[in-house]
Amino acid sequence: MLSSGALAWAQANLFSSIGSSFVTIGCIAFVAYFLPQVVAWATTHAVWSASDGAFCRQRQDGACWAFVIAKWDYLRFGSYPVAERWRVDLVEAVGALLVAWLLWTNAPRRALGALLFFVAYPILALILLHGSSVLGLPVVDTLLWGGIFVSLLTAVVGIVFSLPLGVLLALGRRSPLSVVRMASVVFIEFVRGVPFITVLFMANNLLPLFLPEAWTPDRLLRPLAGIVIFSAAYMAEEVRGGLQSLGKGQYEASMALGLNYPRLMALVILPQALTLVIPGIVNNFIGLFMDTTLVSVVGVTDFLEAMNNAMKDPVWAGPTIMVTGYVFAGIFYFCFCYGMARYSAHVERILAKAHK
Amino acid sequence: MDLARAKPSSWLSDERKRGLIWQTLLLGCIAALACGAIYNAVVNMRARGIPMGFGFWNDVAGFDINLHLISYSNLSTYGQAFWVGLLNTLLIAVICIPLATLLGFVIGVARLSPNWLLSRFALVYTSLMRNIPLLLLLLFWYNAVLKSLPGPRQSISVGDVVFLNNRGLYLPMPIAQAPASWFVAGVVAAVALAAAFRVWAKRRQDRTGAQAPTALVAAALVLGLPAVVTAMVGAPFSFDVARLSGFNLKGGLQIIPEMAALVVGLVTFTAAFIAEIVRAGVLAVPVGQVEAAGALGLHRGSSMRLVVIPQAMRLITPPLTSQYLNVVKNSSLAVFIGYPDLVQIFAGTVLNQTQAAVQVMAITMAVYLVISLSVALALNAFNARYALKER
Amino acid sequence: MTSISLADADRGAAAIRFTGVHKWYGSFHVLRNIDLTVGRGERIVVCGPSGSGKSTLIRCVNRLEKHQRGSIVVDGVELTDDITRIDEVRREVGMVFQSFNLFPHLTILENCALAPIWVRKMRKDDAEALATKLLARVKILDQAHKYPGQLSGGQQQRAAIARALCMTPKIMLFDEPTSSLDPEMVKEVLDTMSALAQEGMTMIVVTHEMGFARQVADRVVFMDMGEIVEVNEPLAFFDHPQHARTKLFLSQILR
Repeated sequence: MLSSGALAWAQANLFSSIGSSFVTIGCIAFVAYFLPQVVAWATTHAVWSASDGAFCRQRQDGACWAFVIAKWDYLRFGSYPVAERWRVDLVEAVGALLVAWLLWTNAPRRALGALLFFVAYPILALILLHGSSVLGLPVVDTLLWGGIFVSLLTAVVGIVFSLPLGVLLALGRRSPLSVVRMASVVFIEFVRGVPFITVLFMANNLLPLFLPEAWTPDRLLRPLAGIVIFSAAYMAEEVRGGLQSLGKGQYEASMALGLNYPRLMALVILPQALTLVIPGIVNNFIGLFMDTTLVSVVGVTDFLEAMNNAMKDPVWAGPTIMVTGYVFAGIFYFCFCYGMARYSAHVERILAKAHK
Repeated sequence: MDLARAKPSSWLSDERKRGLIWQTLLLGCIAALACGAIYNAVVNMRARGIPMGFGFWNDVAGFDINLHLISYSNLSTYGQAFWVGLLNTLLIAVICIPLATLLGFVIGVARLSPNWLLSRFALVYTSLMRNIPLLLLLLFWYNAVLKSLPGPRQSISVGDVVFLNNRGLYLPMPIAQAPASWFVAGVVAAVALAAAFRVWAKRRQDRTGAQAPTALVAAALVLGLPAVVTAMVGAPFSFDVARLSGFNLKGGLQIIPEMAALVVGLVTFTAAFIAEIVRAGVLAVPVGQVEAAGALGLHRGSSMRLVVIPQAMRLITPPLTSQYLNVVKNSSLAVFIGYPDLVQIFAGTVLNQTQAAVQVMAITMAVYLVISLSVALALNAFNARYALKER
Repeated sequence: MTSISLADADRGAAAIRFTGVHKWYGSFHVLRNIDLTVGRGERIVVCGPSGSGKSTLIRCVNRLEKHQRGSIVVDGVELTDDITRIDEVRREVGMVFQSFNLFPHLTILENCALAPIWVRKMRKDDAEALATKLLARVKILDQAHKYPGQLSGGQQQRAAIARALCMTPKIMLFDEPTSSLDPEMVKEVLDTMSALAQEGMTMIVVTHEMGFARQVADRVVFMDMGEIVEVNEPLAFFDHPQHARTKLFLSQILR
């Protein structure tokens, strides 16, 4: 039974016509030729432990995972002082817990989770990461921050600040007050019309000019401001989509019950609109996370830049190391982003079911 | 008189006045911010000796650019450098957009293929590309692949015509010969004849109902006529092939590795997004449409051409346009691999040399804004023209 | 000073008073010179062909639509741009919509308790007790903890009526409450409305249900092209229509 089912399936999906059969054979040949080579490159031919790049330079046909292992701490923390790295671990652990709370659709008290994540967590993270003499935590200059933790930090800061700002902009864009509407439209379309890199340049070069000399922002804070501004414009369009998909009836029913504008928005419209756009927000976050790779252009050492730096270490440098490093970075970004994308699709299915 | 019972209303509770107050407040805030920013900028720029005006535009740039479509040397001005950068940005867009569209449609169609394996292949490709940062792709192609190629003396060659080494890709450069004008005339004539045939066939179909193989005839004309012309008057082009001379290749059409990496990265990345758009667009056409076309007796090909594709195109065009804009915007990642685009030359080198950050950033952003807004206007016009007419 | 005494008399008698009301959508004249007084405890049915302005008329009562000329006085409060007055009127006027407009992200009970908690500033327990009482009255107490999407159309519309009643309004507006219901569910909603009418609620009902108009209405208002063509008691309205347009409409709708 099973085999006849499998045969019928293969007949229908792989060999339904002569052309289809050729395509199938071509695909199988492609996999049969390349897959063993790729697997061998990544596993049997790979160098798993070595104290420097000499051995890797000899083995041209295998990955040099020893390099990634040797540089792992640098890739995670950049130049953050070794004795203080527990602070980064703690911030990451708390962040992971809070994110899990928020993303688990049936979790109890998600509103509290959101409050902690969007208000308490940034303050805690700032104090822990930067340090505070009052608490006896040595101050760590942002020059030393780097690696995966900076990539995560920029993405999280981006989402924590850009989402509320984006909601405000979306509401502004739909406001009946023409000045408010125009200001929102100009902001949103301006930011969406230019490349992210120019926003980063602007934040880096112009922000210090537009502020009084004494307020010159930290070199990490400037790109962060750029990220928030950039991301907020895209969030606003996402949220606007959610607002638009709600019918006029919800507004009218709320007004007929006597709810005023702030309550109408907070109790009726935004809870529905924001739930609808969770997949969109997650997709935006994926884009934001990938965009954070660009911050290296203004001198911030994110994960990819840390990888680039690590490759230049003369002890390790070599052609296989470069490929290994980029493949590893690719796997890292892929796992993170693809996981988020699957989650977003999952929420979308739940929402589709709920609306039936 | 009926107002007797209403609470004495304060002037603040009037809807319109309240709106006016909010708007005045917002305007005031924006104006205050703008004034503060301008004041600080003037103070800071004076203190640091940064030029205020656009006088630098006509100063000598003093740096070289390894790819320029208009004449440029290190004696040219910053203004000329700007145009070089802008043209290089547009060059990338002009090359990448058709290639990405082609690849994207192929992969999108593969994704919809009834062949399960092919559809999985396309899925793996799109998932991979959509979840890896573009910058990583560019760095991989540039640093790990193109820059790691052997030097000119050990070039990888294809039939001693095309060469690939760490200085770039060398293609044969076509050079027009005397018969070239005949050849061009032949191509133009073929296209015109094909168009005329199409019009004639359509008229005849309207009149008599008879159908003609328009596509076949057009293909025969466009391929055949130039071939016949070539046979009659001789080859229209000669090709200048690169040769090794000393330590480098000379002649041919050199594509610098920065450009090759940017094109390959942008095309493969964008194609994944276009493939998804194509797939979503075709899937969004209801099954009932195909069934209705079938029930009318249209063949699969005709129902695709007459029913499905016109509807899918209407859905595909807006997101496709925004992908094209993304190509223009993403080409600014050129800065990371040293391709001399607008951002790398102008917002990078010129800004650093002149220190005129405000002016340079304003011009750079204005360029992208003009491109974005004009495309948005064109798209709106398209939507107004082709949107479904509904009650 | 006579005006004050007039206003007092007015307040005693009239729940809603339209005086010379006009409204335009752009150049389209939706309401033309509307004069209508609705007494306390009176049940008015508004009917007329589609596009005649009947929905617009009742949506002006709680200012979901703005009128541009004339005056509308609801429970002694004239509607102007003054937000405090609009809020005051909306607190006292309940509305039921054609498409229910329940809040899909809240349970039926939460739908009902929302406005009492946030507008009337009731304690949560009290608001929920009130909601429970009213849901029992419209006979869907067993659905209180479900979400709107899980209810049938008739149940949703009764829930919407309960939600409006939770604000203990003095006046209820019904905007074609049965028009988007399946035929077998129309009766349960009309029964709920009839019961409400018997308790003495002031009601304006826009509907095509002529049976309901005959049994429940004190007066029937016929509108066409934005004006009130005819106002009469139900028996006289249906049996001896005065105006040619009314006769035509009735002949079309009753066949």
